[in-house]
Order: sequence, then structure tokens, then C-alpha cells
Amino acid sequence: MQTKRTIFPNKLLPYALLAPQLAVTLIFFIWPAAQAVKSSFEREDPFGFRTTFIWFENYTRLFSEPGYLNSLTKTAIFAVSVTLLSMSLALLLAVAVNRVLKSNRTYTTLLVWPYAVAPVVVGILWWFMFNPTIGIAPYMLRGLGIDWNHRVDGNQAMILVVIAASWKQISYNFLFFVAGLQSVPQSLNEAAAIDGAGPFKRFWTIVFPLLSPTTFFLLIVNINYAMFDTFGLIDATTNGGPNQATNILVYKVYADGFLGLNIGSSAAQSVVLMLIVIALTAIQFRYIERRVQY
Amino acid sequence: MFKNALFLSAGLAAMMTATPGFAQTEIAWWHAMDAELGQRLEAIALGFNDSQDDFVVVPSYKGTYPETLTAAIAAFRANEQPAIVQVFEVGTGTMMAAEGAVNPVYKLMADNGEPWDPSAFLAPVTGYYSDTDGNILSMPFNSSTPIMYYNKDVFEAAGLDPEMPPKTWAELETMSRQIMESGAAPCGFTSGWISWVQLENLSAIHDQPYGTMENGFGGLGTEFTFNGPVQVKHWENLKNWADEGLFEYGGPVGGGDAPPKFYSQECAIYMNSSASRAGVINNSGDFEVGFAPLPYYDDEIDEPKNSIIGGATLWALNGKDPAVYEGVAQFFTYLSSPEVQAEWHQATGYLPITNAAYELGKEQSYYEANPGSEIAINQITRGTPSANSKGLRFGNLTQARTVVDEEFEALLSGSKTAQEALDAAVERGNQILRDFEAANS
Repeated sequence: MQTKRTIFPNKLLPYALLAPQLAVTLIFFIWPAAQAVKSSFEREDPFGFRTTFIWFENYTRLFSEPGYLNSLTKTAIFAVSVTLLSMSLALLLAVAVNRVLKSNRTYTTLLVWPYAVAPVVVGILWWFMFNPTIGIAPYMLRGLGIDWNHRVDGNQAMILVVIAASWKQISYNFLFFVAGLQSVPQSLNEAAAIDGAGPFKRFWTIVFPLLSPTTFFLLIVNINYAMFDTFGLIDATTNGGPNQATNILVYKVYADGFLGLNIGSSAAQSVVLMLIVIALTAIQFRYIERRVQY
Repeated sequence: MFKNALFLSAGLAAMMTATPGFAQTEIAWWHAMDAELGQRLEAIALGFNDSQDDFVVVPSYKGTYPETLTAAIAAFRANEQPAIVQVFEVGTGTMMAAEGAVNPVYKLMADNGEPWDPSAFLAPVTGYYSDTDGNILSMPFNSSTPIMYYNKDVFEAAGLDPEMPPKTWAELETMSRQIMESGAAPCGFTSGWISWVQLENLSAIHDQPYGTMENGFGGLGTEFTFNGPVQVKHWENLKNWADEGLFEYGGPVGGGDAPPKFYSQECAIYMNSSASRAGVINNSGDFEVGFAPLPYYDDEIDEPKNSIIGGATLWALNGKDPAVYEGVAQFFTYLSSPEVQAEWHQATGYLPITNAAYELGKEQSYYEANPGSEIAINQITRGTPSANSKGLRFGNLTQARTVVDEEFEALLSGSKTAQEALDAAVERGNQILRDFEAANS
């Protein structure tokens, strides 16, 4: 491994230079995380007058609670759906834009816009469009014979949040795919074409494997997005309902901790969530990255 | 949302103009009243600030009721709490258990030499907010009770007498069907606050226990019992009516989709807090609104009991200067004066908190001039309250209400029967009560 090594004459200087970054990490990450771990072993009233150390009771309770197991399932469905939908559509759009010679910059700009919209605003927009009472989408769907009411129908609520979350993320994925496609050497494509490979075959055998670093990167980013950044969107569209149908882990942490004031359980959930993400990322880097051709 | 921002900036502006050069003691008041209600609340604070020179009450809007409570608790833990915080009725159990955090109002008033007479308040209000020793711990401020609003124009179009709203659920069913079949409106009725209106108040009105130990007033060891025959029958009906289209669900918690269904004349009848009155009147420009008490099952009870209150009270939090509490006590006296209370009650639809404010309204012939404005008071004060209709006192009731909403949605989607849904709600609710008991003993 070749790395550049800078040798500091003064032993303290490197630590001094590191200090600001370390301080930020300690104060804004390590310390709150440690607090969460501590709280997860305690039972406490909301005001913090009576604190009891209860070992793993918050955790054992969590995993025997049907609501939490439901939340795990919903999170898996949500994260996988959002990742698949937003990545496949983004790839489709990127390939299409890459083939357009004229005005592909205009398309790119337009397609990137949704990313600039804040998650809560995205939620409100979709909430408006799909509101069972005043929304335009249920009105049109009724014309097609579909009775849209995500206030009652859990599957429809899940479809709604998946669409809303994907819509926003497509822009981000699109941008990376366009950049990735542009770095695929044109000569390879041309050589394959001369050998008689059709556009479809060329895409799957040449372009797609060469895109794998981008795809891998986006996979991690998208799963993390679906699991963490969609809180505002869920809060604005479904509030985790109906009957917990869209109560994903990160929303449940908020609902139990901030609305229900059950700090111990909420802390335990956030610790579990932290472990899930660490595990997911480790698995991805350990096993999937090996097959990625850089 | 835009409106809230406006009020916030109005509040900020008021704060800045109300801070003259000499030393005034500031009293922070965190509240959860937005739109029309928020404006009225700011007016009360301004009225108090103008009435004396020593104190200045600074109201700040902190979001919904649960958000306000959470903000106050977080602030308390960081030692940055406001002097006064508005907490909704379901947070009462949580606040009462937090003895160290609260400066009880009866003590606060006595310490500061302000007059304090619990019997001046309306009886259901005193009953709901007293602790086991009969002391009122928080200052009653905005109390409401659910009533029924109906669209007189639709009633007429359906061939019904607009002056004869349904008294019983059976009548409501027949009338709703007639409204739908005649094409006067596509839906019979909708309701805000399913947990509060269609379960808690339903139980009180039909004299059914909501929980053991006098609905939780007796102590922390209480358990829910709202899965009795009357409640099951009612939920079964609601499910059938929803399938038939007579009833439309307005969403969980407050039921945000319910009011537009009524305002747009989609649903002819709408059940919600009496404090929705101002909003209903503002939004019903195209039709005439009627007001009526909540319906009941006449085969279950001959004389329906009183309904129970919702709304909020003001809690004084511990940890401030004695001078601040002097101002808080004076402000509470101002707040409960008949003039301030009567004006607040008449403008918002909340109940008059004190007997004097109610009498004042009568003297002003307000109730004659505004038909329907007295329905909430009559409904909440009718008959003799029983242990089942006195109110509720459960810790973590916010979470228990969420459970009720979830199980109601399971019922509507057809995945559970009424009995199964209510049984599940009771079981999950009891677990929440045990958690609260464990954390507070």
C-alpha cells in the first residue's frame, strides 16, 4: 500500500490540528450516542426524576412487541422498494438522456430539480395530491374504479410513501448514473457494436458492469436514505399509519420517544437502528464490494 | 402553516414593543393554540400586560399539544422551562405524576395571596382536574366537549326537518341513509377525534366504565375496560356504516380530514369539539349550520349522562424566581375573571370555565342571540355525574389514544372485528398503563 506520509517535527501539532474535528465528532456524535446507549438500559419518567437501571428489559420488551416486529418488516419493505424503484427509474432516465444528443443538459437540469425540495415539502405535496378528501389523484382514480383511501388501506399508504420517497431520490441517483455513463469508454461500445451486439446486449454486458461502482455506491446511499432521511416525509403524509402500516423504524423512534415520552424504549430502538446500519454497511463493503469492478 | 408564521411574528413584534426600559418580570407562556384560537390567546396576554406594569406575559406558540408538552419537558430537563405551559387533558396524568416539576395552582395562589375558590369553576371542570385530595393542580383554561354539527340545507334537501337533528344513533342512521339515498349529500356523517368522541365520550354518556378504579382517578393500578358490550356495538355499527358509506373516517388523532368533509358539504353531520365552533362558522358560508348534542343509544340508557371534557389547562412549572410566581398568580386571577373568560368562551366555543362567566353570558343574552352556543354547556352539566362520567385519569393516555386509533383503523380495513379491535386496544393499553406505573412508583 502506498500512502503519502507527512512527518511532523512536533508531536503535539498533529493532535492540535485534529482537535477541532475530534471535538465536533465527540460533542455531536459520540456523546449523544453514548447517552442513547445509557438511556436504553434505564426506565425513566418523562421529567427525569426517577431513573431505574433495568438491564436489557427495554430490549427484550422490544423484540417481543408485535408493533416493533411489524415496524422491522415495514422498514425492510419500504427500504427495498424505494431503492429498487428509484434506482431503476433513475438508470432508465440516465440511459435515455445519455442517448439524446441535443438538449440533454436541459433534461438533466429538469430531472435534478426534485432533489432540491425539502423532504417535508415533498411529503406535503404528495399529501395534497393523494388526500382522500381533497386530493386530485383519488378523484381521478375513482374514475378508473379504484377507491383510494390510504387513511384506511395500509397497502395504499405504503405505496404512497414509497412513490413520494422515490420521486425525490430519483434525481440524486440520476445525476450519478449520468456521470457514470459518461465515463464508460465509447470505444468499448463501438467495438461490441462492430462484433454485432445489439443495444440491449451492449448495455447488459458492457455498460452495466462498468457502472457497478456507481450502482454500489448508490445502493448504500439509497438504503440509508430510505431508513433515515424519510422521517419528515412520513410525518407529513401518513404519520406512520394507518394501523402502523408505514411506521418505519426511524418514525417509531420519534413517535415513542417524543410523542409517547417513553424514553427508554425509544433509546433502545435507536441503538438497534444504529446497529442495523453498521451491520448493513459492513455486509455491503465486505461481500458486495468484492464483486464490484472498479 | 403560513398563518402560524404570521402569528409567531406578531407575537415577536408584541414582545419587542412590550419591553419598555424599566424592569418588568417576564413570564414565558408556552401554548398550542394556532389560527383563530392563537390570536385570541395573544389578546388575553396583551390585555393582562396592559392592565399592570410589573409583569409581562410572553406567549409562544410551540406546535400541537403533544409537541408543546414534549418541548416543555425537554426544557425542564435542561433547566430552561417556561413559567406557564398549556397541557392538554390527556397529559394531565403525566403532569400530576411529576410532582417535583409542578407548582400546584392552589398552592401558588395561596402563597401569593391571590383569591382562589375552586367552587367558582364549573363542576365538571373541577372534577376532571382535581387530584385525589380534591386540590386543583393546574389552572383550567380551555375546556371543551364534543357536540354535533349538522348542515341544515342538506337536511332540507333530503326532505328532513332542519330543526329536528337526530337524537339517537338509530335516528342518525335512518337520517343519514335518507340523506344519501335522496342524493342530498354523498355521506351521512364524519367525526374528529375518534378516541375522544367515539370511545371516551361514548362510554361516559352511556355510563360505561372506561377503566377500573373510577376511570383511573383511584390510582396508578388502573386497567382499561372499554371493550364492553356498548362500545363493541357502537364500533360494529361504525364499521357497517363506513362500509355502507354513511360514515366517513377523518383520520387518526384529531381527524384532520373530517372538517373539510363537512365544510365541502360532502358529509351532512360532523361530530367534534365545541371549540370547533369558530372554525365551522367561518367555513360554512354556503350553508346554514345547526348544533345538537351527541346522539346516544336509547335502548342502552334512558337518560344519557354528561359528556366529558377535553381541552387544556395551564401548569406553572417549578424552578423560577418567587417574583415570577407572583406574576403568574396575578395573571391567573386576571385570566379567570368573568369578563376575560366570557369573551374567550364566546369567541372560541370553549366552555366558560367559571360559573360567573356563564352567568355573565346569560346577562348579555349571548345564548339567546347565538342559538346552539349553549349546547355544550348543557350537555356537560346534564344529570348527576357518575363515576363513569366524571372524566378520565390515565398516565400515558396519549399513547393509549394512538393505540385506539390504530385498532379503529384495523377495524375499518376489515382485518379485525369490533370485539377483536377493542380487546386488542385494551390489552395494548394496559401494557402502556403498566409502563407508566413502573416509571412513576
